[in-house]
Amino acid sequence: MLRYATLRFLSLTLSLIVASVVIFAVIEVIPGDPAAFMLGMNASPDTVAALRADLGLEGSVPARYLAWVGGMLTGDFGTSYTYRVPVADLVAERLKVSLPLAAYALALSTLIAMPVGILAAARRGRATDYGIMGATQLGIAVPNFWFAMLLVLVFAINLPWFSAGGFPGWEAGLWPGLKALTLPAIALALPQASILARVLRSALIETLEQDYIRTARAKGLSRGQALRGHALRNALIPVLTILGLQFSFLLAGAIIIENVFFLPGLGRLIFQGITQRDLVVVESVTMLLVFAVIAVTFLVDLAYAAADPRLRRRR
Amino acid sequence: MIEVTDLTLGIHGTPILRDVSFDIRPGEVFGVVGESGSGKSLTALSLMQLLPEGAQTSGRAIFDDIDLLTQSERRMCALRGAEIGMIFQEPMTALNPVQTIGDQVAETLLVHGKAGRAEATQIAAERLARVGLPPEKVPLSRYPHELSGGQRQRVAIAMAIALRPRLLIADEPTTALDVTTQAQILALLKGLVTDEGMSLMLITHDLAVVAGMADRIVVMQAGQIVESGPTARVFQALSHPYTRQLFAASDHQPQRQPHVTDDPHLQMQGAVRDYHLPRRSLFGKAPTFRAVNDVTFTLRRGESLGLVGESGSGKSTLARAVLGLEPLQAGRILLDGAPVRAGDPRMQVVFQDPYGSFNPRHRVARLVAEPFHTMGHPHDADARIAEALTDVGLTPSDADKYIHEFSGGQRQRIAIARALITRPELIVLDEAVSALDVSVRANVLDLLADLQARYGLSYLFITHDLQVVRAITDRVLVMQAGRIVEEGPTERVLSAPEHPYTRDLIAAAPAIPAEWRNHA
Repeated sequence: MLRYATLRFLSLTLSLIVASVVIFAVIEVIPGDPAAFMLGMNASPDTVAALRADLGLEGSVPARYLAWVGGMLTGDFGTSYTYRVPVADLVAERLKVSLPLAAYALALSTLIAMPVGILAAARRGRATDYGIMGATQLGIAVPNFWFAMLLVLVFAINLPWFSAGGFPGWEAGLWPGLKALTLPAIALALPQASILARVLRSALIETLEQDYIRTARAKGLSRGQALRGHALRNALIPVLTILGLQFSFLLAGAIIIENVFFLPGLGRLIFQGITQRDLVVVESVTMLLVFAVIAVTFLVDLAYAAADPRLRRRR
Repeated sequence: MIEVTDLTLGIHGTPILRDVSFDIRPGEVFGVVGESGSGKSLTALSLMQLLPEGAQTSGRAIFDDIDLLTQSERRMCALRGAEIGMIFQEPMTALNPVQTIGDQVAETLLVHGKAGRAEATQIAAERLARVGLPPEKVPLSRYPHELSGGQRQRVAIAMAIALRPRLLIADEPTTALDVTTQAQILALLKGLVTDEGMSLMLITHDLAVVAGMADRIVVMQAGQIVESGPTARVFQALSHPYTRQLFAASDHQPQRQPHVTDDPHLQMQGAVRDYHLPRRSLFGKAPTFRAVNDVTFTLRRGESLGLVGESGSGKSTLARAVLGLEPLQAGRILLDGAPVRAGDPRMQVVFQDPYGSFNPRHRVARLVAEPFHTMGHPHDADARIAEALTDVGLTPSDADKYIHEFSGGQRQRIAIARALITRPELIVLDEAVSALDVSVRANVLDLLADLQARYGLSYLFITHDLQVVRAITDRVLVMQAGRIVEEGPTERVLSAPEHPYTRDLIAAAPAIPAEWRNHA
């Protein structure tokens, strides 16, 4: 187990290093002066030179790369050109919204997908199954911003249960914060839950045909007991894979939903960074997201091993 | 104890079983013999009410005083595992891969509410010890993938007998196992019948297995029982033609006139093949496993050479090495005096699983012509495909069909046609008849003998089945743990084995008693 974890850790650290080189290369080394790009066409040469010095663009490429990586390792992500505050502070502020939103959506997605997927697999080929498959097909096909607008229309305008957007901040208390995130989380969770339910259903149907399910039934387990006791854990590997991908996506991919609900999240920060040509923000946030994806991948790898003893390879 | 009357089964309207009637007495071993598709497994699944969807049964199966065929699912759940246990053919896949063996055995007790968690674990340990897996040697915390096939079948047996059922149904319990493991599992089952007083319903295609085990047998063909009675009487009388046919096929000897020359065709000289094992520490040297250890032999032109050994003995690695698919760490392999290379048209191979070695989306013509990829399509390709199909007893028009349209025996014929297409001189047969029913196997052996005589082929016949070795080989090599431990003319090795391992193998192979064979 330790060996497996160490190997996965080393391999993912390597991916992280490669990713950092690629991001650095794309933004800083590729032809074109980042400072001139950030300032626009009408900037005077003096301003550009000042910004170059400011950004630390003087010096050799390897030295700049090392300075950038070293800064990130010590928590210094540079200073945003447009906001004039450290990027680390900006990101921390945005993560307070994006991280809970992603976790909330993921929890909802799992809570919906598990029973639905299990039900569809258990009732395979019957009306319930067809109904669920149809509904999940719709859930995947319909864009989540449309769901979002529908939710606002019903639960914020017709029924005054939730506000239509904005985020009061966690200082206002846990409940107002959660309440503001509920509609966005549902809008994000529905398509994800549809995908997850379908993956779970097909994985379960495949495991239900395995010989060990027949063995379990011969021991006297009912259909449901065999499904819960034996099929479910064997069907988890593909489900964990999808969950890991979804969390990574939710962290940064919620841009549209954040816009619909006016949430100050990470997605909007990148979007603003790009439109305002704030390369320091873009570079650092991209790297941070790569780090998040790789960290989630590592957790998923560990979860695989927890779910399947064959991956642990004791000897 | 159980009395089955007029059991009839249809699945989605297709009749499967017709008027099957038999009874099993307390404490006896009851054999059910038949080829694949005869309905013997579905008879057992009918008793367990574990039939596939769309199954319709009629008739009666009285167990004590209740009819198993009319019980509710809830009632059957209470009976399964507690009163009737069942084990299946494939030990490799019959256990849940993500649960420890202790938990899986204990589950039988827990699901029937017969013990609390601690007590169930303790009983599981006892039952595992009873089937030959004492916890001090094989801890309860082991997972199935850490056990061998034989050990897994023992776990499956422990699960089935955890609650001391009165009837144990064993569906081909040893078919997937090596001969020595088979002998151990059969002895274990017999011991359980004696010690626990339970009845055993033993389902098998292997006449020799039931001959040594069963008190009474039924013979099934196409969903019906064609013969039944005490085992000795059935074997001695052979009153039904189908039973006679099965019996004759089980030790069929094809007519052979071998023309063995002195010309060395294939030579293996001091071959060594090592595999790397997973590293123990991150930077240490990876340990190696020597699968083939200093093997030397010569296959002469026109000869049929057998290579026997149990799984893990290295015989399949050796076969791949002969085909040029395994790099050697030492030694060399020569075909006609030159080193072998992969894809040489003079050498072809036929594997065990005919279906798995064909792409189901291609027509037979393309499947049979596959070896042309390595040697280039000849201009007369179509004629040669037709010729190869005719050679193996099929017709040229079969070239337009797909592989699923053929039976297992026909698929193996197509595999042989694929091997013949390059007009090879040497064919490696890796367990090529092991998965076939006895009567089909007899036909394929006849075909192989005929082809050898016609084309002067050399065969390297790799198998674990001594019957096959006896039927088709001139000389035999016995392989154990990567080494050849005995070599000699087949008759001599089988009748007067010198190496203790060969003696064990021959002793373990089930056989029909000689006094039951005295009829023409």
